[in-house]
Amino acid sequence: MTATAREYVGAAAPVTTGVPLAQVAAFAVMTAVLVAAPFLAYPVFLMKALCFALFACAFNLLIGYVGLLSFGHAVFLGTAGYAAAHSAKVWGFPPELAILFGTAVAAGLGIVIGALAIRSKGIYFANITLALAQMVYFFCLQAAFTGGEDGIQSVPRGALLGFLDLRDTLTLYFVVLAIFLAGFLLIYRAIHSPFGQVLKAIRENEARAISLGYRAERYKLLAFVLSATFAGLAGATKALVFQLASLTDVHWTMSGEVVLMTLLGGLGTVFGPVVGAFIVVALENYLAHLGAWVTIVQGAIFVVCVLTFRRGVIGELGKLLGKSL
Amino acid sequence: MTIFGVPTQALFGQLLIGLINGAFYALLSLGLSVIFGLLNIINFTHGAQYMMGAFVAYFLLQWAGLGYWWALLIAPVVVGVTGIVLERTMLKRLYQLDHLYGLLLTFGFALIIQGLFRDQYGSSGLPYSMPGQLAGGRNLGFMFLPNYRAWVIAFSLAVCLATWYVIERTRLGSYLRAATENPALVQAFGINVPRMITLTYGFGVGLAALAGVLAAPIYQVNPLMGADLIIVVFAVVVIGGLGSIMGSIVTGFGLGVVEGFTKVFYPEASNTVIFVIMAVVLLVRPAGLFGRAS
Repeated sequence: MTATAREYVGAAAPVTTGVPLAQVAAFAVMTAVLVAAPFLAYPVFLMKALCFALFACAFNLLIGYVGLLSFGHAVFLGTAGYAAAHSAKVWGFPPELAILFGTAVAAGLGIVIGALAIRSKGIYFANITLALAQMVYFFCLQAAFTGGEDGIQSVPRGALLGFLDLRDTLTLYFVVLAIFLAGFLLIYRAIHSPFGQVLKAIRENEARAISLGYRAERYKLLAFVLSATFAGLAGATKALVFQLASLTDVHWTMSGEVVLMTLLGGLGTVFGPVVGAFIVVALENYLAHLGAWVTIVQGAIFVVCVLTFRRGVIGELGKLLGKSL
Repeated sequence: MTIFGVPTQALFGQLLIGLINGAFYALLSLGLSVIFGLLNIINFTHGAQYMMGAFVAYFLLQWAGLGYWWALLIAPVVVGVTGIVLERTMLKRLYQLDHLYGLLLTFGFALIIQGLFRDQYGSSGLPYSMPGQLAGGRNLGFMFLPNYRAWVIAFSLAVCLATWYVIERTRLGSYLRAATENPALVQAFGINVPRMITLTYGFGVGLAALAGVLAAPIYQVNPLMGADLIIVVFAVVVIGGLGSIMGSIVTGFGLGVVEGFTKVFYPEASNTVIFVIMAVVLLVRPAGLFGRAS
């Protein structure tokens, strides 16, 4: 039983170069659906799903391409939300600066947590990120500026760049969509760059990558910080959409949810996290009135995915079509 | 009388609470360590199984009229058997895969179990009275020591040390340690390793349930009693060094006491002190205080 003989997490992601036609087509379909969606579905629901989709894509960057399972990713979502909400409400930052500030805070936190956690692998890494995240959660619970149990409420949305009034739901939707698409493409670019190839090499065989002269620790740390940054971008945007930053987004249950979204959609697939996020957010919407059953259903999905459905929705679809999606 | 400006009464009071918490940390991290050693998975269901132990004690009293002492015996067995079923039917299928899948599966189970209990019994605690023999307490002169709390500390220490003795000093334990090092070789010597793995998982889960029964009279019986506790225990395990038996026991009790004292001297940090210690330990000794560097 050597490490290479195992079916590792993220095995669905092959090492490829260039942009396959199937992925271009899938991206075109996704964009078209998302542009038409607000005229067919409830925009606030869509914006929530988009924020989580970006969050899941950021998380997937780490698990799918470096093979590291972070169980504390909610921390970046949540703290970025707090930073954006606080800067917009108390300091009067315009929305674009508030989002940038929130993202920067998440990146900074990513450097600190990443530097501590990156020295370990596998289960240890999951354990350590979870524990560090819990520490940040308790900090947020006690710190004055987060508003404790109340959170930061009625955050002003303001006008983007001074002229796009975000109080208009449809305008806000397209701004959120633009942020999501920009984040999605940047993550795609990172994965398919030479940097991304090195990450995959480290995932496949870290010792060999090191022997080839790559400083694995630095690559992993950079991947961690990138992942934290995009998770922060999602969190900051989410805070402006809901005009709220609360403890829910920092709690470990949120970290579990992003794992679920990515697992269900397909670890290490390009579009899986997006699909997974939409399914999970929709499920939560439908089951919300059933209370504890949301948790039970989430748990059941975990169990089913791990036992029989490890490629996830998009991974299975890709296998069916013979394409990597 | 005061020490560093803190009344000794408060100091010893927090020391006692710290030892109690430490007893639970030690029992839970011991179970996690034993399971991790042989199965190489982090049992995320551990907190839910701790909660199940408390609930089994509650059910035994409500439905069968069986009190605390019976619960102490029966609950670990019942919950341990559910663990064995879980291992035989599901966990077993994941051994050939990345160990992270085991973590995800047990996380899913924790969500299901906690969700089901929350759906049935809500989020507020159900009272469970302590056994009559252990009611009351004694005045030690410098502090008041409730009998039940003294019992929890002494009993869990005894269980921890007995577990350590069995694993480190008996023939059965030597098989276990050998299987941890090289399962294929031990199997070749004619020892049924899969059965050993199953029983080990059941034993670790039973320890969690035992901690749950001990906790029931102190913290009440609550569907979410293990949900946050288990994350602290994860940190304890990282500090002690995963897989180290004595490390789990010493760091469990030690960190409980440190946490108790933090409540006296700097209450704001009492929730985070264990995580801060974990961060420092990771910087200085990445394998944990008692762990061997891999």
